[in-house]
Amino acid sequence: MQYLLTLTYRDGEGPQEGTPEFDAEMKVWGAINEELKAAGQMVAASGLKPETATTVRGDVVTDGPYAETKEILFSFYIVDVEDLDAALALARRMPASQYGSVMITAMAHFEMA
Amino acid sequence: MSADSLERAFRDERGPVLATITRRLDGNLALAEDVVQDAFVAAAVEWDRGGVPERPGAWLTTTAWRKALDRLRHEKVAAEYAPQLVHDDVGYDEFDFDASSLEDDQLRMLFTCCHPALPPEARMALTLRSVAGLSVAEIARAFLSTDSAMERRLTRARNKITAARIPFRVPSDDLLVERLAGVLRVIYLVFNEGHAATRADLRAEAIRLARLLVRLMPDEAEVHGLLALLLLTDARSPARVAGDALVSLADQDRSLWDAAAIDEGAAVLDRALRLRRPGFYSIQAAIAALHSRAASFAATDWAQIAGLYGELSRHDPSPVVAVNRAVAIGFAEGPAAGLAALPDDPRLERYQPLHAARAELLRRAGDVAGADAALQAAIELSASEAERAALRRLGSAAAHSAPASESPDATSSARSNPSANDA
Repeated sequence: MQYLLTLTYRDGEGPQEGTPEFDAEMKVWGAINEELKAAGQMVAASGLKPETATTVRGDVVTDGPYAETKEILFSFYIVDVEDLDAALALARRMPASQYGSVMITAMAHFEMA
Repeated sequence: MSADSLERAFRDERGPVLATITRRLDGNLALAEDVVQDAFVAAAVEWDRGGVPERPGAWLTTTAWRKALDRLRHEKVAAEYAPQLVHDDVGYDEFDFDASSLEDDQLRMLFTCCHPALPPEARMALTLRSVAGLSVAEIARAFLSTDSAMERRLTRARNKITAARIPFRVPSDDLLVERLAGVLRVIYLVFNEGHAATRADLRAEAIRLARLLVRLMPDEAEVHGLLALLLLTDARSPARVAGDALVSLADQDRSLWDAAAIDEGAAVLDRALRLRRPGFYSIQAAIAALHSRAASFAATDWAQIAGLYGELSRHDPSPVVAVNRAVAIGFAEGPAAGLAALPDDPRLERYQPLHAARAELLRRAGDVAGADAALQAAIELSASEAERAALRRLGSAAAHSAPASESPDATSSARSNPSANDA
């Protein structure tokens, strides 16, 4: 089953770049990514540039995310794992679940170029 | 066959049949529910005409399975989850009807229905429907909901299980403790609902589920602890209601208590205590056991009960436990000590049990005006007419010497007890 994992944090949460905590977290992300690739479970993933978020609703274009939210979407993963418990276990290992959040949604139909 | 016995057969068979079919459909509870429902409709017609078959469970399972195959063949989505099944045809022999595999499937169903990815109220409803076999109407009544709203809630939950692929299995060891806590919580809440609403059927279902869990997970201390708690609490039910009013523990006719249930509860509690340090449920069961062992309210071992509430507050730092501890201290050491032990927290200003306990302690301390004011506050904050009636009787019986509060029983305030972890 393919799941989309969307990762968010709130402004000021999580380790700041240049600190030892930040470097330690990067190692955890690296390990998770390598593991997913080796297991053939990684479909796609990317970090995002939250400051570029722009929303179109009807004819109106606005700066920022689609809702009044303090949660900043900063990354996503698409993974192919056995079931929701496997996706939950993966999400729990992600540092973002500790200081921010990881939302898991099953994918209905993934199309790739 | 009478409608009654048909209904009973349906209720007994529903959980096992649904669990078997769900496993065969690789956890697709939404489809399993549909075809089991169809099989029961077919049974209502056929059994009424030709009599109940020798093995009703086998008949229903096979019929439901054939209907599932029909559906899968007709739906293009078949290939998505069960391609190999579409070409199979099966009869009775294909299914394992021995008791242990039927119960294993029900255990899987219990863990699936109580999965943390489902909303808490849906976990209870789905468990009552899919494991206990209650009708949608019976469940709707327990939630003060309409049949159609309850049906929608159940359908949403089943669809999430299927679409998100919530696994149909007993969790692996590393997840078991956490997930089992969720299952115990659901059974506990079902019982509390039956206790608060004085519905014997819900209490009986909760006890049945706890028994099933004890049989299947005999090494888990808290499973025994929960069953003991439910048995010991339920044993007092016959003395708990008079007309439309609740009878406080102090005023209950103890000869009405179910002695057999108390004996069984005490024996189950012993097993729990032998397995491990007592947890949330075992401690509550130990408190209930002390109440049931006391010849009278006055002869209760309040000092030990106060100590157990202290222990319980470490597992569950909720206001209901703190208030019950203070009440027990009030009986063990006198009203002044009890008043001093009451939680002092402005956030509990609208917490009814706190005012009821304070009224009682003040009355015993001789502060009549203070007691009246606290009682009035408790009556205004009461959620049910039965509760208000009990408190009014207490107020009008000012000369009454027996302390009258049911609060030294944590489960009595269950509805207002948002204690344990819900996630």
